[in-house]
Amino acid sequence: MPDLAQVLAAQVPLSWYLILSVILFVIGAAGFLIRRNIITVFMCIELMLNAVNLSFIAFSHKLKMVDGHIYSFFVMVVAAAEAAVGLAIILTVFKNRETLEIDEVSSLKL
Amino acid sequence: MQHLWLIPAFPLAGFLVNGIAGRKFPKPLVNTIAVGSVLLSFLWVLKVLAGLQPLEAAYTERYFTWIQSGFVNVGFDFMVDRLTAVMLLVVTGIGTIIHIYSIGYMAHEDGYSRFFAYLNLFMFFMLVLVLAANYLVLFIGWEGVGLCSYLLIGFYYLKKSATDAGKKAFVVNRVGDLGFSLGMFLTMLTFGSLDFATVFGKAQAEGAALNPQTITLICLLLLVGATGKSAQVPLYVWLPDAMEGPTPVSALIHAATMVTAGVYMVARSAPLYNLSPMAMEVVAIVGLLTAVLAATIGMTQYDIKKVFAYSTVSQLGYMFLGLGVGAYSAGVFHIMTHAFFKALLFLGAGSVIHALGGEQDLRMMGGLRSKIPVTFTVLLAAAVAIAGVPPFSGFHSKDAILLAAHAHAPWMFWVGVATAAMTAFYVFRAIFLCFFGAYRGDAHPHESPLVMTLPLGVLALLSLAGGYFNVPHYLAPLFGGEHAPHDETLVYASVAAGLLGIGLAWLFYVAAPSLPERISETLGGLYRLVYNKYYVDEAYDALIVHPIRDGSRALLWNIVDARIVDGAVNGAGALARSVGAGLRMWQSGYIRRYAAWVVLGSAALVAAVAFWGGAR
Repeated sequence: MPDLAQVLAAQVPLSWYLILSVILFVIGAAGFLIRRNIITVFMCIELMLNAVNLSFIAFSHKLKMVDGHIYSFFVMVVAAAEAAVGLAIILTVFKNRETLEIDEVSSLKL
Repeated sequence: MQHLWLIPAFPLAGFLVNGIAGRKFPKPLVNTIAVGSVLLSFLWVLKVLAGLQPLEAAYTERYFTWIQSGFVNVGFDFMVDRLTAVMLLVVTGIGTIIHIYSIGYMAHEDGYSRFFAYLNLFMFFMLVLVLAANYLVLFIGWEGVGLCSYLLIGFYYLKKSATDAGKKAFVVNRVGDLGFSLGMFLTMLTFGSLDFATVFGKAQAEGAALNPQTITLICLLLLVGATGKSAQVPLYVWLPDAMEGPTPVSALIHAATMVTAGVYMVARSAPLYNLSPMAMEVVAIVGLLTAVLAATIGMTQYDIKKVFAYSTVSQLGYMFLGLGVGAYSAGVFHIMTHAFFKALLFLGAGSVIHALGGEQDLRMMGGLRSKIPVTFTVLLAAAVAIAGVPPFSGFHSKDAILLAAHAHAPWMFWVGVATAAMTAFYVFRAIFLCFFGAYRGDAHPHESPLVMTLPLGVLALLSLAGGYFNVPHYLAPLFGGEHAPHDETLVYASVAAGLLGIGLAWLFYVAAPSLPERISETLGGLYRLVYNKYYVDEAYDALIVHPIRDGSRALLWNIVDARIVDGAVNGAGALARSVGAGLRMWQSGYIRRYAAWVVLGSAALVAAVAFWGGAR
């Protein structure tokens, strides 16, 4: 009875993971650029971060090195912190301006 | 240790106390501090000199190393030899007398404590100058007395002519100081030291081995400095204007002491000058030229202080003549006697001006003989001294110079004799215009207080008898046996010239008062030329001041400053602003636009890495 992990490692090539990662990343980036709702934009950022995480883990497994795991933990920590701060900012913005339209929050310019 | 440093330290302390707190002090306290500090200094000089007699070799005190850099090693050293001793006595002695006189003269003036603070500061620098054991310490004093001269000429700072005169003195002296500095640098390069002992020792030991052109150049550069400080041709123009200062200042700084600094410096550098006959010749000719030029101008002036100012220039010319013909001790002798009678002339003139409530024009005086008899008596004493009437002081020193000049070149003697006649003429002209005839002014003359007449009396005694201090004999070991043969005929000639000058002045201004006018009309253009001081000021204005000013305006101001400097500064600002205006376009405030830039940038980075291969 072969281990599932071994089967997957043997049968699913690295490129598939990377392609999935790219797809997720592009969806995230496109969403970031196209969507106007701040919450959605925020979610897109999370999506990009996780796409990167996926490629880290895939490389880590393939190369039998633990570095990728460590990086992905760092990314998760940053993502968690960012979620906390980001959501707080979004809440404040909404309280002050009663809008979540990202283009209307543009006072940071000359 | 003789504690030479105490000599200048007393006046410095007086300056600091009066300068900082003097305005709050009552006048008697200011007087006590100012006069007391100089008097203490004088007494300390006496004590030091008494302790050092017979002073056959120079006595040096080293305090600390001032500059130590490479082969440059300059110490802060003071030195006393016989030349210094004479100068110290003159400076502190005359200084004390003039300080006392100033109490009376300045009694009703504003800025009383400021005046005395400056005077004390001057004494400090002058004593540093005289005591210095190397050229650089001498230069401290040299610059310092120049500063005090500037401050005191411009003492009445609300008067534009006074501040202008101060600036003129300062600027003209800078020209001389440039020469002096260059002379010092060249001395440093040639001898590797600025110490008098080292430099002169090497000069005497190596003598012929040194490059004569270098020595001549050093001497001429030092002479440029001396012409600035001692008001010789061509840099004498500041001294007559310096009479804008209070009269005691004219007496102390611009007659008795500071202006002799150049003479002192040249005499101090005698071992160098001895190596360069050409430089000596230049010194003699500069001195003679100055003596004649200033004496002729002095004969035509009507401001009593201007007459004496040109007289000072002329007498300084005599001193340079003495130095130039190798009679250093005669030159220094003349410094001393001149300090006596010229200080007296100025202080006496100050007493006259004081008596007349500020009047300086000789045409507004006359007949004062009976009204201010003490002043008249002392001024007469000064006049016979400067005119070279035997046996008074001027006769001794002037004759020493003239005899030496005759031994050097007879024509110099005869020019000097002619100048002596002119000297006697202009001094007695001033005396006769001031004290004889009828009073032409409208003030109410009154004799000066005792605090002024007492110093005048002391100076009068010195002027009359000062010739019997045998300075040339005292200085002989220092300058070697320069002994001009004593020739009775020559002495008679110069005395006769002096008496002739006095007689002519009597004829012109007492016996036949209309004569001078007729003569000046007959001479016409020549008289106007001399009366207007040969238009030297105007010539300097046209040849030097205006070209420099206009050139500076056209080139330095309108092009270098306005275009290049301002252009660079404004250009930097404008550049930053225009770059900023371009970059501001990026700062739209739209988050998604920033994100797009990030994506584009990352894509470009990835593309670049892919294209060029990236880091391996």
